[in-house]
Amino acid sequence: MEIVRREKAGGADSDFRIRQLRARDLLRGDLEGQDLDQYVEQRVLTTTLDKAVDWARGNSMFPATFGLACCAIEMMSIVASRVDVARFGFEAFRASPRQADMLILSGRISIKMAPVVRRIYDQMLEPKWAIAMRACSSSMGVFNNYAIVPADKFMPVDVHVPGCPPRPEALMHGILKLRSMVQEDPTLGWRTRYGAERTVEVLPEDSERFDQEAAVNVFRPGDTAGA
Amino acid sequence: MPDAPGVELLAQELREAHGDAILDTEFFRGKAALHVAPAAIGEILETLRGQGFSFLASVHGLDYYPQEPRLGVHYELLDMQLLDRLTVKLRVATDDARVPSVTPAWPTADHQEREVYDMFGVVFEGHPDLRRILMPEDYEGFPQRRDFPLGGEPVFFTYNEQRGTAYTR
Repeated sequence: MEIVRREKAGGADSDFRIRQLRARDLLRGDLEGQDLDQYVEQRVLTTTLDKAVDWARGNSMFPATFGLACCAIEMMSIVASRVDVARFGFEAFRASPRQADMLILSGRISIKMAPVVRRIYDQMLEPKWAIAMRACSSSMGVFNNYAIVPADKFMPVDVHVPGCPPRPEALMHGILKLRSMVQEDPTLGWRTRYGAERTVEVLPEDSERFDQEAAVNVFRPGDTAGA
Repeated sequence: MPDAPGVELLAQELREAHGDAILDTEFFRGKAALHVAPAAIGEILETLRGQGFSFLASVHGLDYYPQEPRLGVHYELLDMQLLDRLTVKLRVATDDARVPSVTPAWPTADHQEREVYDMFGVVFEGHPDLRRILMPEDYEGFPQRRDFPLGGEPVFFTYNEQRGTAYTR
């Protein structure tokens, strides 16, 4: 039996070898003039620092470990193997709001719980984002009654994911929407949508700061969360 | 369960001890109930405890709107030896909703009386710590009363708006 050896078409191996040699030449300082220009043009990508930072931020958000109701079950399953959110860098749920970038409101928020949620949101460091998961925290869904308050009333929300509860894929879609929002148009944050550019957030305790600078907060001094 | 004659016999025994405080008896769908005067609830439950009903399973409130007196408090008792259940019911008016607390004698009633107070505004006199338990401390009104508005937020969906059926207002 005769063994026929045939060269592979395209010569991918030799291309690789050429790239290796050119990289070696560059590192040694042997490339000069037009060769050097051509090499840099092919190999180096230029961008702005903002874009690079946004790219990194959008791909490594840490959600807070914070479940409010039945939707928390769906939220948990986005880190499981079927819709693996770790593919996009969102898998590191942080137990402390100070280490988290993203708050997923997974459930209905009662009037009594709203100050707690708001405090957790305030404890998160900028830049921070919030996803209102399910109908309850956006339009209140079936719990539209005296005890529940929509999330938009007391904190800025970037993405609403409706559903009762939404499937993990839907939450995933919301997270990817948030990612593209962060990466492609960073000005689309809540400050733009709420007309709050160049403002600072003020806690109810620092009441005198309201008079000193442009401040945005749902709580005026002396307000309570009650009806 | 005490059967229909059983609850009459029980009521008769209680009438000997408490006189007019036993207002009525009821036997409906296999469930025996006593209607009592609010002021005597503590003593009546003590007597029933002596009869074997040693477990207070539940305390809950009701609003009988539009009947008067509107508010009701139900005490569900259980005899754990004979597996007998008995409901003790009382009625109070909204403008004078005062009921003696049974928490000193039945510690399990603590949170349940607070819940009835929170939701219906029945004041349990003698309760050691009568505060709201579910709603925020500064909430106004008693949300489970029938004349309390359902509340909530108006939600306008484009679909409903176009058809003129935006029912949540």
